[in-house]
Amino acid sequence: MYNHILSIILFTPLVGAFVLLCIPGSNKTAIRWTANFFGFLGFAVSLPLVSWFWAVKSLPGFKFMEGAPNSWIPTIGAGYYLGIDGISFLLIMLTTFLGAISILSSWSAIDNRVKEYYAWFLVLQTGMLGVFMSLDFFLFFVFWEAMLVPMYLLIGIWGGPRRVYASIKFFLYTLFGSVFMLLAIIFLYFFHHAQTGVFTFSILELYKTAPLLPAVYGPTAAVLLFLAFFVGFAIKVPMFPFHTWLPDAHVEAPTAGSVILAGVLLKMGTYGLIRFSLPLFPAVVHYPRLRLAMVTLSIIGILYGALVSLVQKDMKKLVAYSSVSHLGFCTLGIFTLNTLGLQGSVLQQINHGISTGALFLIVGILYERRHTREIAEYGGIGTVMPVYATIALIMFLSSMGLPLLNGFVGEFAILQATFLARPVWAAWAVPGVILAAAYLLWLYQRVFFGKVENPKNAALPDLTPRELATLLPLVALAFWIGLYPRPFFAILDQPSKEIVEMVEHPKTYNAAQPLKAAQVAQSAVESTPEAVR
Amino acid sequence: MPPSSTDYVRILPEIVLAVWGMAVMFAEPLLGPHTSRKGLGVFAALGCLLALGATVFQAQPAYAGFGFYNMLRVDHFSVFFHCVVILVALSTTLMSLDYLPAHKIDKGEYYALILLGAVGMCLMSSAVELVLIFIALEISSIASYILAGFRRHSAESTESAMKYFLLGSFATAFFLYGVALLFGATGSTNVFRIAEVLNTSAHIEPLAYIAVALIFTGLGFKVACAPFHIWTPDVYEGAPSPVVAFMSTAPKAAAFAVLIRLVIDTASPNWFWVIWVAAVLSMSVGNLGAILQSNIKRMLAYSSIAHAGYLMVAFASASNRELGISAAMFYSAAYAAMNVGAFAVISHMAGSHERFSSIDDYAGLGRRSPALAAALTFFLLSLIGIPITGGFFAKFYVFSAALRTHLIWLTLIGLVNSGMGSYYYLRVIVKMYMNEPRTTAPVPPVRLGVGLAIAISLIATLWLGVWPNAILHYTQGAPTILAGK
Repeated sequence: MYNHILSIILFTPLVGAFVLLCIPGSNKTAIRWTANFFGFLGFAVSLPLVSWFWAVKSLPGFKFMEGAPNSWIPTIGAGYYLGIDGISFLLIMLTTFLGAISILSSWSAIDNRVKEYYAWFLVLQTGMLGVFMSLDFFLFFVFWEAMLVPMYLLIGIWGGPRRVYASIKFFLYTLFGSVFMLLAIIFLYFFHHAQTGVFTFSILELYKTAPLLPAVYGPTAAVLLFLAFFVGFAIKVPMFPFHTWLPDAHVEAPTAGSVILAGVLLKMGTYGLIRFSLPLFPAVVHYPRLRLAMVTLSIIGILYGALVSLVQKDMKKLVAYSSVSHLGFCTLGIFTLNTLGLQGSVLQQINHGISTGALFLIVGILYERRHTREIAEYGGIGTVMPVYATIALIMFLSSMGLPLLNGFVGEFAILQATFLARPVWAAWAVPGVILAAAYLLWLYQRVFFGKVENPKNAALPDLTPRELATLLPLVALAFWIGLYPRPFFAILDQPSKEIVEMVEHPKTYNAAQPLKAAQVAQSAVESTPEAVR
Repeated sequence: MPPSSTDYVRILPEIVLAVWGMAVMFAEPLLGPHTSRKGLGVFAALGCLLALGATVFQAQPAYAGFGFYNMLRVDHFSVFFHCVVILVALSTTLMSLDYLPAHKIDKGEYYALILLGAVGMCLMSSAVELVLIFIALEISSIASYILAGFRRHSAESTESAMKYFLLGSFATAFFLYGVALLFGATGSTNVFRIAEVLNTSAHIEPLAYIAVALIFTGLGFKVACAPFHIWTPDVYEGAPSPVVAFMSTAPKAAAFAVLIRLVIDTASPNWFWVIWVAAVLSMSVGNLGAILQSNIKRMLAYSSIAHAGYLMVAFASASNRELGISAAMFYSAAYAAMNVGAFAVISHMAGSHERFSSIDDYAGLGRRSPALAAALTFFLLSLIGIPITGGFFAKFYVFSAALRTHLIWLTLIGLVNSGMGSYYYLRVIVKMYMNEPRTTAPVPPVRLGVGLAIAISLIATLWLGVWPNAILHYTQGAPTILAGK
């Protein structure tokens, strides 16, 4: 099991989806139990990884490698090739964990086409896990694209009133982003071949040649390729100004869809930035203007997301825009290009998954009872649902970054790293923290404090045990990371160092003889077809 | 010297198909007017299977090479296209078994025409002699003209056949004219000899340029690439759905085969920009046109124009023989698989007199018939190019071939187009899953024939998407052999 742990984690949800297809659709109870079983199983099989990974966390490189490069489609050099480091390990744990919780949270919220819902949900799990595990660009792209379909259907079939619009917008945005990414991937693949004579999509191999790009094709081409990747990832994150799909998708998606969308899907973008954009384009990310542009976009995202959150009337939309703000911190941390910034960024991604996932669950619980998300409809919920209000308060505080809770640790690390990189940037980003406190506390005040003015709210039942079971683990995690984040930093230490090392001192095949680049450029011209010339 | 037995093996698939086609013709008048023709259909399907077996037999290295006085050649390339054409003919036959009686056009000629059409298309892929290519082209075209008008009680079908016939014969005339001029310019009708003349002589006759342009026009019509695409939507809309499945894939694949052999492999002068422009035009016209359609057959007609454009991208990159040509081959196979699948579902849904062919008729299909909706969704996703489908890998392969030959603009235009194209396919998926059904009438149960056709296409599409290695390996062997000197 030790040697195949990644494949087991990856395919357990998919097996679950197939098992679900064999159960008759009319038997909803059986379907729900089976889906929850597999959701939980998906989390359970990933648990052994925790102790195993802990033992090897400070070894260099990728761990638990499986498959081999070029093993899947040898003709073109694509392989079934998996492996993880600390960054992907944490994201994988987040995925299996949130997956189990989301499936549990859908028990009563989804009553329509239950079987398809759970089946697609499980397929989505496999797609997301694959993205975090792939060490082969082709495989990565397959998972990256394939998980679009289940998410599209989850929003489009089980979503809110404007679901069709939201789902198509989501699909088209992401598809356009990934189209450019595909272009860049193929380009790097041929570039690798031009340098080494080998066709392979293995990411580890491409790491060794991609940094040579600016030397061979000049800075402009390298920047264009960086941007091709960047657009794909920035749409997914989403960074300002590519964020417009997010509020629609979040608001229309069913609760569990929003949890997964915010908790895991968005992290695919930041993960891509860390795993690919930095190590593949070390020279490009150092260009002062480009880096300034990235940081500026992040800061705009932080402030703009927070300001827009302030004026929302719909709770879910507020949480959605707060995601834009929080993810701005994550991308800011990435472009500090130092170890602390990367650690903070990944930790903040995990935190965002926990707190925002919880916030969506909290909004969803209220929505299930009242079928409205208008803030003005509520008030005084604290007296009606005391347990609910307490948990909500904890998660609100965690999301705004109060010390002793998880959000604080991540944001502090990021801001500290930003300060080290350039104090001015930190100064611009800090108001985001204050604004977060403003919009979240104001929301809390309007919903939970005061007297019950709306008679419809007078007799709302408090949390059921099942709802409690979905929220408590998140609360526990929030406290854990807030009080004792050291294990997380320990896990992130090694990979962050490695990535910073790759950015600062890329190890390429031809590092010893960079002059070869000129010859390659010459031969590239020679191989241009006559007709083109 | 009479042809040897090896020569006969080299046309064995064609012999089998022709004999079976004629047997169906003979049997047809012997059956009473009210007898079901299903038996004939099953018989024809059997013929296709046998022909497939013959192709596999023919694929042994011993039979590779020229046959019948250098008129045709059996190689990886021809075997590949034989398999595509025959599988398409088989699926079409299977999906017609219940379609024909439902539309009261249950006639035996139908199956004979499909078999004979397949003979022409198979020959097109193996012929290396211009005159034989022309004859093969005519055989396949005439069969398709008649098939397009097979719903003869319907005005649309007749219109479709008429348009197809008039424009088609015009295009064939262009082709023939081009053949004549090419003969004039090079003094030979043999593809390899022509290639030799064009590649080695210092001075190329201007006549040769005109000849290639004319040939390209004729073949461009057959593959429905812009600007020769105008006929496509009308013809596809009127023709019976299984016939559209057949003629949007098999003759196209065969015409692409001829294009590869003739225009690209002979390294004919100045084809590059012609193909570049045709590719860009086809992709754009096809995708933009498809967005506006409300009839699913018209939509897929425009989509087929767009896909011809993607294939042209592969041609444009054929200066890297290995990648360009094998990408084109792979793409035609993947397109055949997914498009036949989509039309199999459509022909099942069509109802009598093709009443239900508007996209709105697919509303709520996800509820009315989950299996059919899932199958159609899979084919549409493949047409968009989502991973684990053949469509994805085909597109990926084509665009990587284009990038390899530094066609960056063409790749960009193609990728943007393919993003744009996803919109109209998604619209159908939206209709099926996210809208309420128009009627509560149950979808007729899926019979064995059409079910088999869908299954074959599904398996093929999935196989090409998940384990493309074997096919890739085979197609990559083709270009080197194709040159065959």
